Amino acid sequence: MNNKGQTLWILFFIVPGLSLVSIVIIYPLFASLLNSFYAWDGFTRMEFVGLQNFKTVFTQYPYNERFFNAIGNNLKWFISSMVIQNTFGLLFGYLLSRRIKGHEIYKRVFFMPVLLSIIAVGFLWKLYYNPQFGLFMKLFTALGWDFMNRAWLGDSSTATYAIILMNIWRWTGFPTLVFLAAMDNVPEECLESAHMDGTPEWTMFWKITFPLIIPAIMVITVLTLIGSINVFEQVYTMADLDGAPNYATDTLGTLFYRSAFGSQASTVPEISIGSSLSVIIYVLCLGLSVLNILGFQKKEVQL
Amino acid sequence: MRKVMLYVMIILICLPGSMLFAAGQQEEEMVELDFSSWRTEDVDVYEAIIAMFEEENPGISVTYSPYKTEEYQTVLAANFKGGTAADVIHLRAYGNFEQFAKPGYLMPLTEDIIPELAKYSAQSLAGSTSITDGNVYGVPYASQSLVIYYNTAMYAELGLTPPESWDEFISNLEACAAAGITPLANGTKTGWMDEVMSGVICPTFYGGNDFYYDILDGKTGFDDPKYAGALEKLHSLAEYMPSGFTGLEYVESQMLFLNEMAAHFIGGIWEDSYFSKQNEDLDYDIFIGPPAQKGGAQYISTFMDGSFGINKATPNSDEAIKFVNFMASKEVQQYISDNLGVKTEHPEVVPTKPLLMKVMDPSLTTTPYMMLVSFRYEQPSGSSLIQSGLQALFGGDKTSEEVVADVQKGIATYFEPFQN
Repeated sequence: MNNKGQTLWILFFIVPGLSLVSIVIIYPLFASLLNSFYAWDGFTRMEFVGLQNFKTVFTQYPYNERFFNAIGNNLKWFISSMVIQNTFGLLFGYLLSRRIKGHEIYKRVFFMPVLLSIIAVGFLWKLYYNPQFGLFMKLFTALGWDFMNRAWLGDSSTATYAIILMNIWRWTGFPTLVFLAAMDNVPEECLESAHMDGTPEWTMFWKITFPLIIPAIMVITVLTLIGSINVFEQVYTMADLDGAPNYATDTLGTLFYRSAFGSQASTVPEISIGSSLSVIIYVLCLGLSVLNILGFQKKEVQL
Repeated sequence: MRKVMLYVMIILICLPGSMLFAAGQQEEEMVELDFSSWRTEDVDVYEAIIAMFEEENPGISVTYSPYKTEEYQTVLAANFKGGTAADVIHLRAYGNFEQFAKPGYLMPLTEDIIPELAKYSAQSLAGSTSITDGNVYGVPYASQSLVIYYNTAMYAELGLTPPESWDEFISNLEACAAAGITPLANGTKTGWMDEVMSGVICPTFYGGNDFYYDILDGKTGFDDPKYAGALEKLHSLAEYMPSGFTGLEYVESQMLFLNEMAAHFIGGIWEDSYFSKQNEDLDYDIFIGPPAQKGGAQYISTFMDGSFGINKATPNSDEAIKFVNFMASKEVQQYISDNLGVKTEHPEVVPTKPLLMKVMDPSLTTTPYMMLVSFRYEQPSGSSLIQSGLQALFGGDKTSEEVVADVQKGIATYFEPFQN
């Protein structure tokens, strides 16, 4: 009787969450997988075609060109975010953990952009970048830096980086806080004794702090990886669904959305291609995250 | 005791749902229709039309829901797929509506249910007639023409007259630049506006309708040097565009013209109502894309812009039919023509807007807005190819030869005449 009651209670707490996850995550995941194995005529599922849709994405013009272009941009997102955003996050986290003057204020200031809506920030930064009325243009003109006045979002060589910069501004507070929390957990006595031995600051960081915050670095790396593969809103707000100009800012996210649901220019939705892309995005996220975690686990040290 | 608490919690969870259900039953008899559109700039006009309809039909209320132009097709696709599409739908034309008609999301319209349809010619209905089953799915909304707006006050100040040839157009642009005025407001960041610019400038250089029919017959391809040459002429306008034009979007280009910061704007006849409302002090007029040589054929690109259709799954089909029949009436079509300045297809409508009379000048040669009319049915659509290609051309990433080669290669993947 008691056991039955307990089971009912457990079910009571699990079922609502599980049903929600099943409906919004598990079902669409398997539906996409299934859909990607079929031919589609508009919104009607036709015959089973096996891996043909994946073959189309990888080998047929223009799908292959768009796919590899998009994945190249996702890679730019990952590398830039790792190198710039997370390095600054680490630096800021370290400075804050050393309790520099005004650290409490800095902590809040750094984190504030993280709380803002990405859509709002995207639109605002698009206005800042405007080559005619934009804030940046006015700023550069005031500073006399006319060489900086260009169409940052309209030039294929700078557009993706201009969007990444916005994201770095918005998101650096997050790794900063995660690294700070990890560094605050490094035992004070280790650092103090090293300090008394006259160990330079850099060696202390590199030999004591860094190895002890590997789990935090792993978490941030995996989150950056997933964020970089899934990037969508940032491009959507600043360069539209077509990844203007000429797909220079296109990512797997916008390519998937455009393929599945169409857009002003590409028009014809192709559920088959969209579903295949969503499966590819999922496999990339899962596979690379697991590899990452396995890689980092080997480097972890414990006191 | 625990069991009792468990049951109480289950009841508490179910309660809000049952209350909602009860509330639903108490609703009044008023039928509410949702009417979706991409015309965010025309809210006032549609609300006025809806008010007229509601006055005649007291039991029906209509809500106009406009979406951003660039997102409308996507929103419709997602809503149809998810079963949440509006009752009455402002449909785009050609391939853009075919994608919803083909899977059966739209109600076929016949003269039995929409008697006003009898008045429209087959040609007027071409943009809303399915190429798959031949059924009509929408009451025509307007046909659009692509034109060049110019600031008449600036023209007067500089002593310029509307150009009658390409060379005169260039010399007018030069005169504006010499006077320190940005000659052209257009930027290239919004892909569909690049296609619009090509629709205004290019037909005279690729040979208008002859080239169009040669393409359809497969007698020539998009890699024809005439087509590359036409794109090159369009590209030559880059030096008259605002600084940083590759980063300027459609709305920002409109702003430049509206705020008298630029002398010309290449766009569609639909901009007229928006321009006149946004800046009442703006003095402007239009001219049509100039012919290559003075006295040569002057082409004006036109296309059916859309129609009013009905969601087949609507629970209020009788009311939706009533509303669409009202939209097809002479009264509404005249109101649209007068207030939006677009050419409507109802044969009894008399155009009153001066700009509209200009685009209907019989001396002009109308030519189909090629990619929209004929190459938006399959992937990669001609529009997506030319839009991204023009961005690459203007951005200096590709030459016009490379752009036309890409267009040809993309369309040849499904267009049979190009495959031999």
